[in-house]
Amino acid sequence: MYAQMVKSTGKSVQALDDMSPEERAFQERIDRGEKIEPKDWMPDAYRKNLIRQIGQHAHSEIVGQLPEGNWITRAPTLERKANLLAKVQDEAGHGLYLYCAAETLGVSRDELFEMLHSGKMKYSSIFNYPTLTWADMGAVGWLVDGAAIMNQVPLQRTSYGPYARAMVRICKEESFHQRQGYHIMMTMANGTPEQKRMAQDALNRFWYPALMMFGPSDKDSVHSAQSMAWKIKMNTNDELRQKFVDETAPQAEFLGLSIPDENLKWNEERGNYDFSEPDWDEFYNVVSGNGPCNVERLEARKKAWSDGAWVREGMMAHAEKKAMRKQAAE
Amino acid sequence: MSNAKEWPLWEVFIRGQHGMSHRHVGSLHAPDAERAIKNARDVYTRRNEGVSIWVVEAENIAASSPSDKGPLYDPARDKVYRHPTFYDIPEEVGKM
Amino acid sequence: MTVSDNTALFEFLLRQGDNALVLGHRTSEWCGVGPVLEEDIALANTALDLIGQTQLWLALAGEVEDKGRDANDLAYFRDPYDFRNLLMLELPNEDYGRTIMRQFLFDAFQVPWLTALQESNDKRVGDIAAKSLKEAMYHLERSAETVIALGDGTDESNSKMQQALEFLWPYAGEVFADDENDVSVASKGIAPLPSSIHDVWNSTINRTFSEACLKRPESQFAHSGGREGFRHTEHLGHMLATMQTLQRSHPGATW
Repeated sequence: MYAQMVKSTGKSVQALDDMSPEERAFQERIDRGEKIEPKDWMPDAYRKNLIRQIGQHAHSEIVGQLPEGNWITRAPTLERKANLLAKVQDEAGHGLYLYCAAETLGVSRDELFEMLHSGKMKYSSIFNYPTLTWADMGAVGWLVDGAAIMNQVPLQRTSYGPYARAMVRICKEESFHQRQGYHIMMTMANGTPEQKRMAQDALNRFWYPALMMFGPSDKDSVHSAQSMAWKIKMNTNDELRQKFVDETAPQAEFLGLSIPDENLKWNEERGNYDFSEPDWDEFYNVVSGNGPCNVERLEARKKAWSDGAWVREGMMAHAEKKAMRKQAAE
Repeated sequence: MSNAKEWPLWEVFIRGQHGMSHRHVGSLHAPDAERAIKNARDVYTRRNEGVSIWVVEAENIAASSPSDKGPLYDPARDKVYRHPTFYDIPEEVGKM
Repeated sequence: MTVSDNTALFEFLLRQGDNALVLGHRTSEWCGVGPVLEEDIALANTALDLIGQTQLWLALAGEVEDKGRDANDLAYFRDPYDFRNLLMLELPNEDYGRTIMRQFLFDAFQVPWLTALQESNDKRVGDIAAKSLKEAMYHLERSAETVIALGDGTDESNSKMQQALEFLWPYAGEVFADDENDVSVASKGIAPLPSSIHDVWNSTINRTFSEACLKRPESQFAHSGGREGFRHTEHLGHMLATMQTLQRSHPGATW
């Protein structure tokens, strides 16, 4: 998802009896459904894992501003322009909430930015794909935000209080994003032949990258098992992917667009859609830096950060001078 | 600019149009209190009229210790002590 | 109202709407690449306010023109010579200093201007002004504070702001040069003469620059041509080519 392939300790989940008294008390609190708060004791691995997961999620929000920001200046009406701008602005807000949540774990926002810029921390693979037509604004809202919501709704119940509360706020704001995207798709799918072609083309390009957002199958992964025991991951990747396909397939049908998968069909017996796996080689390539836009996205973030340095420093210097002048006057 | 000083963290409290006391809504970064109030308005109120905003620099907040934990279990890093709990949960979500 | 009344009013409304449209567009270019998250979000709010104001002014312009054009038709189907915005607003953002300095110079005009427009004897104009004024007052508070902070900040930020001011200065005076259209709408009580705002503007910017440790340029020269649409800069055509691309490439499509 926005946090893909976050590695935990690499060890299998410990049985309660093998834990130290603190660890055991901690796990029991989680099992009871209590929230862990910043001041509470927590295992170091839980803290580190959360920093990675929340940080990756936050980075995804702000890198995610770029592919959609690409169309703000070309939005076809004043209404669409305002909607898209408000949506991309929300993503900045979501990044801000998540960075603050990560900061409660003892890492600073600037440190997190540095880890993004140096490539030490990742963001979701999906934002390394280009947005080529206006229909991509529809497809991104519908599929990418749709997939994100699939993951974020259960995370409102995650064990770490600040993360859960950030998720509640984000989910509340994000519900309009998917609708906004789907509305663009409806308009395009019912529009001129060129618009319909753009809509189908966008679906063709974003379908498999959207499926990849959930990450590779993790049903046998020890990382996932630990994260699930800690309730910082609520469902397996396959569960969420299946749920996404089941919800999205009928929506595509309603649009009169075809999902680019000849194996996609309803399986009466399973009560789910059957579908083809995405190309995982492509996924690993994108994650390791070879996606169509990896280099440009990171360059854009780094440029914004370094171009902004004199602004951040100037404003800080002024605040310090002002405080000193005030002190001197007293 | 890795050695540049980061803007301090501020906790934001907002009283809405229809009364009740100020509630913690989240945090943000700002160089000083005046800017923190403006940023809070842009980030957390989207400029609704009639709201009152309080900001407190996070490191100036004194917080109680968790009731069921002894000093033995307190985290080694004291930075986390500076942060109060994070977001308020909107009422419509129910108890969490 | 006679035909000529409407023509002057239409022209006046385009000037208001195009200022908001063009500056809103430029400001929206910052989304995702601002100097810090809090500023990114605040700039988007400014842009959203301006897009909202555009919709109001241009919708009224279309209504007054009475040829069946709505706000989107006016925004997306006019060529550069039909735009009536100030030259300063169409200039590329370049950097944050220039962006904020331009916003401040504009806000320092807009606040007294919209305040006066509230008294317009065309109620529709007064209503839009009243709504826009609330937003402009906040924009001015924020842009003035930022100009002061960056002017008074580090040597580097002071020098960037001084450069921005000097670059923009020859464009700042365009708004105060009253023309026939201004005289026409003023004589009907629709709006005051822009030159009547000059003193207030001067005192706002002088006060701010003094706090910001910035030196006001001495030149009295002002470029012109934007608000009459006589001669825009080269940049407006590029902006419109980007902005209007979908509407122009797919005539008749619904978006």
